[in-house]
Amino acid sequence: MEAGIVSYGAYVPRYRITPTEIGRVWGADGEGMGQGLNVHRKSVPAPDEDTITISTEALRTALVRGAIDPQQIGALYVGSESHPYAVKPTATVVAQAVGATPNLTAADFEFACKAGTAAIQTCLGLVGAGMIRYGVAIGTDTSQGAPGDALEYSASAGGAAFVVGRERVICRVLRTLSYTTDTPDFWRREGQKYPSHGGRFTGEPAYFRHVTECARRTMEASGTSPKDYRHVVFHQPNGKFPQRVGKQLGFSDDQMRYGLVTPYIGNTYSGAALIGLANVLDHAGPGERILMVGYGSGAGSDAFDLETTDELGRYDASFGRPVQEYLDQGVEISYAVYAKFRGKIHMGEA
Amino acid sequence: MSVARFWRETPRRYNLGGSKCTTCGTVYFPPRSVCPECTSHRQSIEKMVPFQLSGDGEVLSYTVVHDAAEGFEMQVPYVVALVQTVEGPVLTGQVVNIEPDGVRIGLKVRATFRKLREEGKAGVIHYGYKFAPAEDPPVRPPAGRPAGVPVSEAPARDRAPA
Ligand SMILES: [Zn+2]
Repeated sequence: MEAGIVSYGAYVPRYRITPTEIGRVWGADGEGMGQGLNVHRKSVPAPDEDTITISTEALRTALVRGAIDPQQIGALYVGSESHPYAVKPTATVVAQAVGATPNLTAADFEFACKAGTAAIQTCLGLVGAGMIRYGVAIGTDTSQGAPGDALEYSASAGGAAFVVGRERVICRVLRTLSYTTDTPDFWRREGQKYPSHGGRFTGEPAYFRHVTECARRTMEASGTSPKDYRHVVFHQPNGKFPQRVGKQLGFSDDQMRYGLVTPYIGNTYSGAALIGLANVLDHAGPGERILMVGYGSGAGSDAFDLETTDELGRYDASFGRPVQEYLDQGVEISYAVYAKFRGKIHMGEA
Repeated sequence: MSVARFWRETPRRYNLGGSKCTTCGTVYFPPRSVCPECTSHRQSIEKMVPFQLSGDGEVLSYTVVHDAAEGFEMQVPYVVALVQTVEGPVLTGQVVNIEPDGVRIGLKVRATFRKLREEGKAGVIHYGYKFAPAEDPPVRPPAGRPAGVPVSEAPARDRAPA
């Protein structure tokens, strides 16, 4: 039996802010900014939420849905660029919180927005080699853009957890392939609160080149073309890049329909492609082919050629919330409340 | 609270780890090593086993806090409730993901994992359970184009320039 996805769960905090509201504060055309980015609102975590709590919620959902004994988890990896500690793993807290400790290996992954997909590849290797029964790969972020920066209109919070195993596989992994180069499109130095980016450089040589090359090489290796896929999911730093890269590759709006979630929750970085995949699985039936291509600045892409199985028809996803609810619902807040929640207000030292 | 003391309480704060008397079935949280319900306390000592609460329950009573405890300034006003768990024990915890005027006695809640407090900017971060509504109260849909509408069907002005 080959390794594949056996369960999944997603979590997005409940607060939302619109680009219009952000633009109002900075004297910018927020509405135009939102339309240009194709981001209509973004999620905002509550003051007591971070990458650890979001990862835990997503994984608890996945474990209940798949009726998976947490003691059978042999590896747990959390991919993020917003780990709460610089030194002290996110993964150990999450493992303890779901009752998976102590007989497992755990680590935090970092590769900008593709640390979660890299974690899935690692789990596939460990499970496929028979070293562990279940591997958990989580992609979560609570990233921030500097106040007034273009990134502030899209940087949001959310995550998804995927359990990889060999039994009761709901989605087979037919192939995974990566494309990696040294490209300085986006970075954050140690100790800096907000990231820096290479402006226009973030587009063509970075996101578009890596996603396109990775997708093409994957389809070439699999002997497939866009028409063979029912769904496609791209990394989505905004709502516009994935639409454009999808068109360039020859995918239709309909194929991107469920995999594109950033317009409604913002850019969840390491969570973005994975929440998109979770939404696809929420809507998919058995026997549907899916292409997912992640992207992380720095830079690299991980592609996954996937196919849902008959087991998906028996899978009970009723526990936790479907991704669609996170896309449709939420409580809108003002920029002032957003600034308070995100620690952008200087309180002074007591 | 010291780092060591908090760490010792991790199983119950993270996982709602309590104990259960295998003689009479009573569940305790925090865990107890003796069952006060059983007539022979001494015999019950060996009959207590670790037991993890599901986290499901309902609000028994609650209060809205306006004068924040240290570290909760950002969350005022917030709700602290007594939660009757389905297994029996009554827990005290914050109720999140809901506005204070939405909370009522009998509200079905479920445990959720949140940050409890931070020891300053450089210290350890404490995590543990809080409660959230088991089902979200209906809220008005957020602004913007509804989700799940293909781009081609959306109004033209919502379309991103290609
Ligand atoms: Zn007893």
